Amino acid sequence: MFKWLDPYAKPETLYRICGLWFPWLMTAAVATLLLGNLWGLAFTPPDYQQGDSYRIIHIHVPSAIWSMGAYSSMAIAAFIALVWQVKAAQWAVGAIAPIGAVFTVIALFTGAAWGKPMWGTWWVWDARLTSQLILLFLYLGVIALAGAFADRQTGAKASALLAVVGVVNLPIIHFSVEWWNTLHQGATITKFAKPSIDASMLWPLLISILAFGLILAALTCLRLKTAILENEQHRPWVRQLAVSLAATPAKGSIAKSVTKEEV
Amino acid sequence: MPELNFSSWSAFFSMGGYGLFVWLSYGVTFTLLGLLWWFSQTGHRQLLKELAAKQARELRVQQQLQKQSAQEQS
Repeated sequence: MFKWLDPYAKPETLYRICGLWFPWLMTAAVATLLLGNLWGLAFTPPDYQQGDSYRIIHIHVPSAIWSMGAYSSMAIAAFIALVWQVKAAQWAVGAIAPIGAVFTVIALFTGAAWGKPMWGTWWVWDARLTSQLILLFLYLGVIALAGAFADRQTGAKASALLAVVGVVNLPIIHFSVEWWNTLHQGATITKFAKPSIDASMLWPLLISILAFGLILAALTCLRLKTAILENEQHRPWVRQLAVSLAATPAKGSIAKSVTKEEV
Repeated sequence: MPELNFSSWSAFFSMGGYGLFVWLSYGVTFTLLGLLWWFSQTGHRQLLKELAAKQARELRVQQQLQKQSAQEQS
């Protein structure tokens, strides 16, 4: 399997693949997000208990699911980076972390705005909410550690290690609604049984979940491209890319203005 | 085929009295996602520009050196 995977970890190849996939992923992400959210906002009946406030579900659940999905992928990349010293995996950790952090903030915020009318409070220190907040701190820790050392390699290793260790928080988040008494409701679709939601509401939710997954994939491609260029800027293939960019007049305007100042 | 749930725009915006919370959630979500996209995109463009500028500068330095050595020889 590694023989098959190895060429994809080559920075140049990975850069091309990410560049190839990004526009398609981003287009699909925007389209599914608009479809899922508009459907959920305007074309589904209100909940029999929560009225129209439940429509927050179409961003709350997808962002919460993918805040954990992003963490899992980031932790897998961190593990690969630590064990097999794959540079591309290390860069992926740094590329995914900010996306996961934003998803976590969205999940927390939409949860608060949903909790206020339904529970009567923006925030409670119960297991689900607290463990999700810890997830945010883990993301912030991973981001901060990467830049906290004078030696970049040391920082990268420390942040990868934190990412791997932080995985223990994922099952805690998922099962928190079963293990402890909480205001938060139990799992609706992420369980091995028939989803406890009507089909008319389930479809827009599933599409929105797909949309957030696509957003994660697309932005990871984009950020990974930036990370690859930054770390490989002294390699011949990046130089060549830069030469071709400097040669194009449209994008070389900055290069021209620098000419007069510096030389 | 799903049917439109609201009879008017005002009903849609009021969200059965929960408008504030629903639109606050969606507003914040789309703003954050938009910002994330924007920062990722501009960060990438900025880096490309810097790399191109660096490369152009190196080229000029090289040409200058070649010119100088040519002058010294003649």
